[in-house]
Amino acid sequence: MSTGTEPYVDDVVVDDAGQQESFLEVENLRVWFGTPRGMVRAVDGVDLQLRKGETLGVVGESGSGKSVLSRAIMKILAPNARVLDGSRIRLDGVDLATVNPKKNRHLWGVDLSMVFQDPMTSLTPVITVGKQLTETLRYHLDLDAKAARAEAVRLLRLVGIPEPEKRFDQYPHELSGGMRQRVTIALAISCSPKLLIADEPTTALDVTVQHQILNLLRDLQASSGMSMILITHDLGVVAGRTDNIAVMYAGRVVEMAPTRRLFSHMRHPYTRALIDAIPKLDHPSHTRLASIPGRPPTIVDPPPGCSFAARCPSAQDRCTKETPTLVTTPDSERHSAACFFPLGTPEGDVARRRNIEAGVTAAGTPVLSGVTV
Amino acid sequence: MAGSGTAHLRDEDDIVLSVRNLTVEYVGSRGERVFAVSDVSFDARRGETIGLVGESGCGKSSVAKAVMQLPAPTSGSIVLEGAEIAGVKGAALRRQRRKLQMIFQDPISSLNPLRKVKDIIAEGLRVQGGTSKKEVAARVQSMIERVGLDPDTAADRRPHEFSGGQCQRISIARAMVLDPEVLICDEPVSALDVSVQAQIMNLLEEMKERYQLTMVFIAHDLAVVKNLSDRIVVMYLGKVCEVADADDLFASPAHPYTRALAQSIPEPDPEAQIQEAALSGDLPSPLNPPTGCRFRTRCPLAQEICATDEPEVREVRPGRFAACHFPLDESATDEPPLDASADLDHSAERAVVA
Repeated sequence: MSTGTEPYVDDVVVDDAGQQESFLEVENLRVWFGTPRGMVRAVDGVDLQLRKGETLGVVGESGSGKSVLSRAIMKILAPNARVLDGSRIRLDGVDLATVNPKKNRHLWGVDLSMVFQDPMTSLTPVITVGKQLTETLRYHLDLDAKAARAEAVRLLRLVGIPEPEKRFDQYPHELSGGMRQRVTIALAISCSPKLLIADEPTTALDVTVQHQILNLLRDLQASSGMSMILITHDLGVVAGRTDNIAVMYAGRVVEMAPTRRLFSHMRHPYTRALIDAIPKLDHPSHTRLASIPGRPPTIVDPPPGCSFAARCPSAQDRCTKETPTLVTTPDSERHSAACFFPLGTPEGDVARRRNIEAGVTAAGTPVLSGVTV
Repeated sequence: MAGSGTAHLRDEDDIVLSVRNLTVEYVGSRGERVFAVSDVSFDARRGETIGLVGESGCGKSSVAKAVMQLPAPTSGSIVLEGAEIAGVKGAALRRQRRKLQMIFQDPISSLNPLRKVKDIIAEGLRVQGGTSKKEVAARVQSMIERVGLDPDTAADRRPHEFSGGQCQRISIARAMVLDPEVLICDEPVSALDVSVQAQIMNLLEEMKERYQLTMVFIAHDLAVVKNLSDRIVVMYLGKVCEVADADDLFASPAHPYTRALAQSIPEPDPEAQIQEAALSGDLPSPLNPPTGCRFRTRCPLAQEICATDEPEVREVRPGRFAACHFPLDESATDEPPLDASADLDHSAERAVVA
């Protein structure tokens, strides 16, 4: 991969505290959308850190705000989105809010790039694959036509596309879904970004192709040392492929921990419910699934209380009245959860057991069979 | 892999749906033939769920549509409760359709946005005729309730007012109100979040028990298929590879393709070893499928015979049917992953192809 990343420093404010360990820092990010029904709080106070070379998994259901979060970092939010005061996103010490829109295009591709869910709509259908690649290369890296072509072919080969010279002159519709996603990955890494955001990169693909694409991302990251954010609704996808996981619900991070710790010591009832709802291959067929009752809320003027309380089997009176904040767990400073009655704690066990015995939670939701302490 | 053959069909009294030698071919834009489904056979007992799995392009949706006669298959036989329905047209087909209903992948686009929920659900009953208006209303009402929606608020609303999961409940109500014998589900939960997916899967299980329903369940998610199915048919490029009971199939795959599929599933366990991709490349084009076994171009075990002789579905172990010249034996899952030997075998196979 070429390393012609030109800094775009001129009128960018570099914070004094730029000596940070974290490569990406998101602080109190709030993104609201104006809709006829009021302001929808798509992202409502998210804090994240990502260190160089690490992979962060962001997990949640649709509507949890995970895609809006990634678009806010990319600075590609829809026009009706409002980023509230006090929100801060810093990449490598640079406050992204201070990068003016004209300079964005020096940010995209070079510092930040993104792989989207649907490879057909993220590629231009009327331009050949090769042209789309060389356009980026020539703009950012200042390559001449011949060098750009050679580099594009090299990139196509790097992402595992057979016969790259032939594919170079083809249009996106001539490629399969997996091949198209490889092309978008080639595009995303073409200028050696420091941070790659992959938003549901394999959701539209078959399991066999998903496996190939995820392994490809892993290998590319290992060789380039870039940081990565992997956004997905599937905890299976992030389990073996991330260093840390943030679980989002209703615009907030409800639990964050190093990946292994999250799976072995999960604290938030929502994280557990997400895992329990996945059908598992090693369960016998016709095993009844632990579904989560109801559906995620749309957050317009949320009342006080935990946003998951209405669906949570552990919910108590306090959960419907006070909003829990993300607090560090006593036994690991890198593990935090936003819950008054976390799993694996005496008060959490008592709360859950009480609800199971009563058959109903404090929020009035029946406790489904199969819910255990 | 990938064979014709009917060794896996059962000769029993309670077979509700029997599909034999089903072939679906489309004509492409340049007049070329697309071999979507080639000689596929399977059957379903009353109250049984047959799962169809495979990558996109393997023909599983074409099978579903052919069984529904949407459009009719190119050739083959589809027997529903003893009556042949392949090629049946007009009023006779309409009578059969009552017994055969379908749920589609995209819950929102499969419902008419202009119509109210109660009219969408009642449509089938009206088309069938013979039910009084009052009875139609009553049956629609109780069906809305049975799929977990509130009939008072839901009946007069239109599809856009509902979430994806709720729309899928409406689709289920629309199919079930006709009291069908066979329900065909084509990727009904693929577009849903895991939490809602679990709700819909549980609902389908309840429906199946309550109505002694026979289902054909199609999905690309193997764990979803396993959870709902009694028997699973694995398809590849328009052909059947392997047929087995749901609980046995992935525990000890007999077909190399089934094993590759099983190895590709991401496990929600950070301790699990991530293997190298078990399958490289894409599905070959159905315009020009490989000779012999259709899986041979991606199969790590392919030999000379696989290019020349097409394997038929045969019983490779008791109760296990596979179309492969070199089926894996039961202990095969303990072996190292496929890729260990893949390069060697591939070079041998390429020589054969050349």
